[in-house]
Amino acid sequence: MSVEIAEDRMAELTGDPDSGQLLEISMGPHHPSTHGVFRMNVTLEGERVVRLKPVFGYLHRNHEKIAENASYLAAIPYTDRLDYLCSMTNNWGYALAVEKLVGIAVPERAEYIRVIVAELTRLQNHASLIGFLLQDMGASGTPLMYAFREREKILDLFESLTGSRMMCNYMRFGGVRVDTTPEWLEEVQALVSRFPQFLDEFEKLLTENEILMSRTQGVGILPRELAINAGVTGPMLRASGVNYDIRKVDGYGIYDRFTFRVPLGEHGDVYDRYMMRALEMHESLKILEQALREITAGPVIDPKTRLRGLRPKAGEAYGRIESPKGELGFYLISNGTTEPYRYRVRPPSLINLTVLEDMCLGRSVADIVVILGSIDIVLGEVDR
Amino acid sequence: MTAQTISAEQVKAAIEAAVPGCRVEILQNGSPSAQHSLVLDHKHATEIARFLRDDVELRLDYCSNVTGVDWLDTEVSEKVKTKKLVDGVETEVEEVKKTTVPGRLEAVYHLFSMEKKHGPVIVLLRTGNRTDDVRVPSLTPVWRSAEFQEREVFDLYGIVFEGHPDLRRILMWDEFADHPMRKDYVPPADDDEPLHAATGERER
Amino acid sequence: MEQDETEALKAELRKHGILTTTFEELYNWGRKNSVWPLTFGLACCAIEMIATTMARYDLARFGAEVFRASPRQADLIIVSGTVTKKMAPQVVRLYNQMPEPKYVIAMGACAISGGPFRDGYNVLKGIDRYIPVDVHIPGCPPRPEALIDAFMTLQKKISEQQLTGEGRPRHLYAELPSEFKVPDYGEHGLEPTENAEVWNPLKVIQG
Repeated sequence: MSVEIAEDRMAELTGDPDSGQLLEISMGPHHPSTHGVFRMNVTLEGERVVRLKPVFGYLHRNHEKIAENASYLAAIPYTDRLDYLCSMTNNWGYALAVEKLVGIAVPERAEYIRVIVAELTRLQNHASLIGFLLQDMGASGTPLMYAFREREKILDLFESLTGSRMMCNYMRFGGVRVDTTPEWLEEVQALVSRFPQFLDEFEKLLTENEILMSRTQGVGILPRELAINAGVTGPMLRASGVNYDIRKVDGYGIYDRFTFRVPLGEHGDVYDRYMMRALEMHESLKILEQALREITAGPVIDPKTRLRGLRPKAGEAYGRIESPKGELGFYLISNGTTEPYRYRVRPPSLINLTVLEDMCLGRSVADIVVILGSIDIVLGEVDR
Repeated sequence: MTAQTISAEQVKAAIEAAVPGCRVEILQNGSPSAQHSLVLDHKHATEIARFLRDDVELRLDYCSNVTGVDWLDTEVSEKVKTKKLVDGVETEVEEVKKTTVPGRLEAVYHLFSMEKKHGPVIVLLRTGNRTDDVRVPSLTPVWRSAEFQEREVFDLYGIVFEGHPDLRRILMWDEFADHPMRKDYVPPADDDEPLHAATGERER
Repeated sequence: MEQDETEALKAELRKHGILTTTFEELYNWGRKNSVWPLTFGLACCAIEMIATTMARYDLARFGAEVFRASPRQADLIIVSGTVTKKMAPQVVRLYNQMPEPKYVIAMGACAISGGPFRDGYNVLKGIDRYIPVDVHIPGCPPRPEALIDAFMTLQKKISEQQLTGEGRPRHLYAELPSEFKVPDYGEHGLEPTENAEVWNPLKVIQG
C-alpha cells in the first residue's frame, strides 16, 4: 500500500473521531514483541491501525552526555552498549570518526581484522534478527534456538579474542587492541566453512515456508522514494530497491578490495527484508573467505598512537560505517581538550523507525508486530 | 575516505546562483577531515534545502544526521587604551574591557546523495542566543528523516523548530522541564551521595 | 540435636524405601522448581537472559523455562538492564501487578547501581530504591552462567523459607505491603527519588 492510499484510507476511517468507534491502545514499554522497552500508541478501528505514534526514551541512558564528560578513549566501552548485539561494528564507527578527526592511519593487518570481526558481527546479528522475527510471528523457539546456537559459536570466537562475549571493547583509534593468533584465524576459517550448512538448513526451513510467506509478503510495504526521504538505511533500504551500501559507497577500511554483491529487493515488504538478511549473510561469508585468505602480517596498531590523553586540535568530523542495522555515524567536535565537545551518535535504528507508522497504516495489530520485527531495532541504540 | 566529495565552495556557489538574496557563510573546519559547513540564513533555509534536495547536480536526497550543538556565552577580555583625565592631565590609560559574547545553539544537518553517492554536505542553522531567541525553521518538510531527530534536538537542547509537524519531547517525559544536553545543565542532586555513618543523613 | 536425630531417622527410613518429609519442605520444593519468570527485558542483559534460555545454557533444566508475558502469571521478575527514570515507574507497576509470593533478581551492574551509566541524568541508580531485591548479580553483562547461579541462589532461598514463625518471609505477614509506591515524573527527576520503606543503603563512614 503506498503512502497516499494509506493516508486516504486513514481519512476515510477517521471521519468522526468522537464516533466512539476508535480504540486507543498502548503497546509497550513492556510487551514481548517490542524487542525491549519500546512503546507504540496505536489507534485502531476494529483491528485496523489508523494511527501509530512511537514513544521513545525508556532506555535513554545518556550515552552522549557521559561521553562528552569523558576522554576519547573512555567512550569506546560505552559504544559497545549502543547496539548491544553488535559491539564490534559500533567500536569501528567510533574509531573511524576519531581517525578522521585526528588523521590517524590504520595498519593493514588491523584493517583485515576489523573486516573479519565486523562481518562475523553481521552474521550473528542477521541470524538472531531472523530468529526474533520468526518468534514474533509465533514460531516459538525453533528458529531462534537455531540462530542462537550459531551465535554462541561466534561469541566464543569473540571471547577468545577479546575476553568478553558481548561487550568486546576491541577496537582502538589507529587499529585494534590485541593481535589474533594463527589458531584463532583457523577457527574463524572453520566457522566460515561450516556456516553455509547452517544457512541452508535455516533457509530450507523458512524461505519457502507457507506461513512465513503469507504473513510477510505484501505486508509493510515501504516505497522507494519514502525510504530515501525518511533516511532509512541498511538492509531495510535495500529491500526497497535502493542500491546504497556504505561499504561500497565510501569503501571505508579496505572494503574496496573485496568482491561482493549488494542484494536488492523488489517489493520493499517484510519478506524482502527477511531475504536481504539471508542473502547478506552469504555475501558476508564471501568477504570473510577473501579476508582470511589475504590477511597480511604486521602490527595491529602503531605503538606511538596516543590513546590516553588524546587531544585533537579544534575541528569536527563525521565518520560512518555500514552497521548491520544501517548507517551508524559518529559526529565529533573537538575544542582542543581531551574531552569531545560534542559527541553524537547517528542511530540507524531510530531513524529507520520514522516510517513505522506509514508501513502499519491500514494493517492489523498482528502485522505491527511483524513489521516492527523486520525493521531490526535495538533499544540501546534507539534511545542511547 | 568518501569516494566522491563536493567542496563547500562549490555548493555555496550553486546555492547563491539558485536562491537570490540568500546569505550563506562557509565555516572552516580545522581538523584533517576537512568537512566544512555552510551556515544558512533562516529566511531562505527551507528554499535552500529544497534546492539542495532537488537540484540535478547535487541531488542531496538523503539527510543522514541532524543534531544540536550548544555554544555557551563566552567572556572575552581585551585591553583597550583610552584617554582619560588624570589629575587634570590627559593621559593614556590601559583598561581591561570585558565583553560577553552571547552563546548560541546550532542545528547541524549532514546531507548525502543516494543517487549521486556523494557527501557529506554539512549545513547549519544558528539561533540568536540560548534563552529567548531559539527558533529556527524546521527542515522536516524537506527531509522526513529529520522528524525524530529534530524532536530530539528540541528535547535535549531546546531549539524550537518552526514548521515541524509534531514538535514534542521525544526521549524525556513531557513534564520534564530542563534541556539536559546543554553544557550548563546540572542534574538533580537526588541520590548520589553516601550516607553519613553516625547521622544517617546525606552530606549535602 | 533434635534436628540431627530427625535427619538420621529420615535417612534410616529412606534406606527402607520410605520417604518422609514435612509439608514445608514439600511446598518449597514444588515452588522452587517451577519458578515462572516474567518476559521482561530492559537492555543488554536481556540478550544474555535470552541466551540463558537457549539450547546451550538451557534454563529449563532448573524448571524456569516458562517465561510469561503477563505479570499476573509470573513470580519472578529479572530486572535485566539499565532502569532509566522514565522506565522505573513501569518496573514498579509490573512488580505490583505480580501475585505473591514474588521474587526479584537484579541482573547486572546497571540494575544494581546504575553501573557504567550511573552518571546519566536519566538513569536510576539501582532498582532497590523502589522494590525489594532478592538476588543481585554483578557483571556487565553477567554471563549466562552467572544468571544460572543467581537462579540457584534464589532456589536455595525459596527452599529455606519458613511458612510459620517469626522468620517467615514478607509475603506471609498480612500487615506488610506487597505493593509499593509508583514514583511520579517530576520536572527534574522522579518524585520521590527513593522509597524509604524499601531502600536500605549501605552507610559509608566518612572522616
